[in-house]
Amino acid sequence: MIPELGHVALILALVVAVVQASFPLAGSLAGNGASTGTGNRPWMTMARPLAYGQFTFLIIAFACLVQAFLTSDFSVLYVGQHSNTLLPDIYKVSAVWGGHEGSLLLWVLFMAAWGAAVAAFSKNLPLAVVARVISVQGMIAIGFLLFMLFTSNPFERHFPAPAEGRDLNPLLQDFGLAIHPPMLYMGYVGFSVAFAFAIAALIGGRLDAAWARWSRPWTTVAWVFLTIGIALGSWWAYYELGWGGWWFWDPVENASLMPWLVGTALIHSLAVTEKRGAFKSWTVLLAIFAFSLSLLGTFLVRSGVLTSVHAFATDPERGLFILIFLCIVTGGSLALYAWRAPEVSEGGRFDLVSRESALLGNNLLFLAFTVLVLFGTLAPLIYEAFDWGKISVGFPWFNKMFLALAPFLAILLGIGPAARWKHDEPGRLIKTLWIAFALSALVLAISSLPMFSGGHFWVPIGVALGAWLLFSHASIVRDRLKNKRGFDGWIADLRGNGRSFYGMVTAHMGVALFIVGVTMVSNFQVEEDVRLSPGDSHELAGYRFEFLGAEKAPGPNYMADRGHFKVYDGDKQITELYPEKRSYLGGGMPMTEAAIDAGLFRDIYISLGEPVGDGDWALRLYYKPYVRWIWLGAILMALGGTLAVSDPRYRTARSRAAAAVGGATARA
Amino acid sequence: MRPSLSKPSLWAINIDEKRTYEIGMPALIKSFLLSILLLTSVAVDAFTLEELTFDSPEQQTEFRELISELRCLVCQNESLAGSKAELAQDLRNEVYKMMRAGQSQDEILDFLIARYGDFVLYDPPLKPSTYILWFGPFVLIGIGAVFMVRALLRKQSAPDAELSDDDRLRLKDMLADRDGKTDQSS
Repeated sequence: MIPELGHVALILALVVAVVQASFPLAGSLAGNGASTGTGNRPWMTMARPLAYGQFTFLIIAFACLVQAFLTSDFSVLYVGQHSNTLLPDIYKVSAVWGGHEGSLLLWVLFMAAWGAAVAAFSKNLPLAVVARVISVQGMIAIGFLLFMLFTSNPFERHFPAPAEGRDLNPLLQDFGLAIHPPMLYMGYVGFSVAFAFAIAALIGGRLDAAWARWSRPWTTVAWVFLTIGIALGSWWAYYELGWGGWWFWDPVENASLMPWLVGTALIHSLAVTEKRGAFKSWTVLLAIFAFSLSLLGTFLVRSGVLTSVHAFATDPERGLFILIFLCIVTGGSLALYAWRAPEVSEGGRFDLVSRESALLGNNLLFLAFTVLVLFGTLAPLIYEAFDWGKISVGFPWFNKMFLALAPFLAILLGIGPAARWKHDEPGRLIKTLWIAFALSALVLAISSLPMFSGGHFWVPIGVALGAWLLFSHASIVRDRLKNKRGFDGWIADLRGNGRSFYGMVTAHMGVALFIVGVTMVSNFQVEEDVRLSPGDSHELAGYRFEFLGAEKAPGPNYMADRGHFKVYDGDKQITELYPEKRSYLGGGMPMTEAAIDAGLFRDIYISLGEPVGDGDWALRLYYKPYVRWIWLGAILMALGGTLAVSDPRYRTARSRAAAAVGGATARA
Repeated sequence: MRPSLSKPSLWAINIDEKRTYEIGMPALIKSFLLSILLLTSVAVDAFTLEELTFDSPEQQTEFRELISELRCLVCQNESLAGSKAELAQDLRNEVYKMMRAGQSQDEILDFLIARYGDFVLYDPPLKPSTYILWFGPFVLIGIGAVFMVRALLRKQSAPDAELSDDDRLRLKDMLADRDGKTDQSS
């Protein structure tokens, strides 16, 4: 009964989506509404209630599915495939999005949540804009709901009901992976808001600073979610897969990275549009790309066209549906863009040496990274399609390509925020940054010494670039202190900078941490495969690993072999570690549960391999310096984004702006 | 290989000893059990990386790097180093043997490519058929950059289509609303 209720709620959500996609938009265009901003008010006012209605129905549907999982209702096919009575309750809930159908429901639910949020937090926006944004979201919702109802219904019944379900994929029975997909989806669908704002602006023929200011906080929030989502995925892969790596350039990883790269370009280009009225049509294009790449990611993961470790629900029919949908969304919005963009004037002239130029460089580089990832991910397909042979494009290719461009981005990142809008004097820039530059050069020289670099080519470069970001941003903050002298004056100056300024600095420091972390762990990590008998010790990177043996340790739905280690630094015992190897009762490959002693400057990582007789075990030991900096960097980036969004300027100054825009005549 | 490895597992010994000595097994069953024992000991002998001995730490690093850049052909997307699949074990073994036999990295790679094609390499070789892969993106990026910069510059040099007085007023209103000053932050 309850699953049927969920099914009905899903159908009702589709009905709402159809109304949502048509009436508010039509209302905003009625009576030449695009230019007068009047339109058909009753139809436009339907937008908000419809967005709430959509959200409500999807909450109901989602709750029904959660209930089916919690009660282990295996007559629901999807539940039977992804759950099990032995599964702990928390994983029963996360199993809801452990497969294709349920994760799609989560996706649609989040999209409705974003729609409802737009409806709730847009009191000061012109009604026509709200109506159009919510309508565009409705259109996307139609596509996904049709997809669910026709090819991937999570409420499908299965008779007779099996007595026991298959298990949730053991890889997914983990806290990190329980929250990784929701974060990622929040990011993916969050870009649908930026997309909807862009399309709404194109429909209305009005692309201006006000539009940029409205869509900027939404875009940044989506970007923050995506950043956290990707970092969680990387962290999970690191500790769960037992291979000690944090990024493999797998197609599925790339699928999430591409929207992030374009999203990063977008939040920077939105800054130019908001502050200077420049880059307008370019920004719109980026918003379209960011969301299209989110859809492309969905297609790649669910269609089975690419071989990946974690592709799920590989079904050509589903793939075809998403591909067609992707073509409609991207093609339609690009057509709209081609029609409207030529009318857009590019205001805000700028000189070669200016903040705008630096941000243009940022955009170019991020787009270049996106092209690289897209190209590398699709190259095997292209080669096969043209019969050029079967090739693999793996991490060595991606690393080389990225390293060819990344240093330029890091150098530019230290200069850009120091430059002034519109026009800056090279002399002034040099005056601001020369100390930072000199200090970084010093760092470069010192870290080039063999005793620090260990003869690795990239170590001094990576460390010096990290230092450059730190010093240059310190100079940029200092540059803003010189208006008033004295301690009180400094405090006043510091307070005078908006939160978005500190958000930027924080996020850029995250980049610095990330660069240093990647450099250090890639060049200085040590790993070794060893065979140890109980009582044996092995030395690695100055640490002594003492193996005390392994024993059976039963879990709720698995049987584990648990190794016991003591790790010594010299004579001092620093930690005890218990790596596990689990065989889940639901079957499948045994899972390695690595044991990690995490530290700010190094991780010690043990993963249990195979028993090799006589109580001996094959083991893999790792020493991973600075690996945490990678995720700390991502956290700082997310924190920076959050700080920027909390800037009060996004909440004040709306009513008058809205009134002004609402009443103004449209001109592109 | 270390001698201890060829010892059967504990489980196999138990069955064997109990049955043969305490019960007194017919020869046929005995040989059957023996074959189980042999099978088990084969499984126990399964390849693990640690049994490999190398001439030098450099050779070990070289081996490790080599197998991490080779694709496990039967897996979804895993390297030889990371995979638990049997074929991956066999291939690792093969690479190891060739390396110990003094073959150079290039010779080993040539052998693998001859057998499995370029698909086995995560690091695609630079040759005419892969020029597109290695240079294609940069050509695309270059073309894209030229178009983008040109489009922006053209708009820049177009007659001043900046804000109308109307717009300027509106924008000023909006910005002034914040805290009455222009801010430089991004």
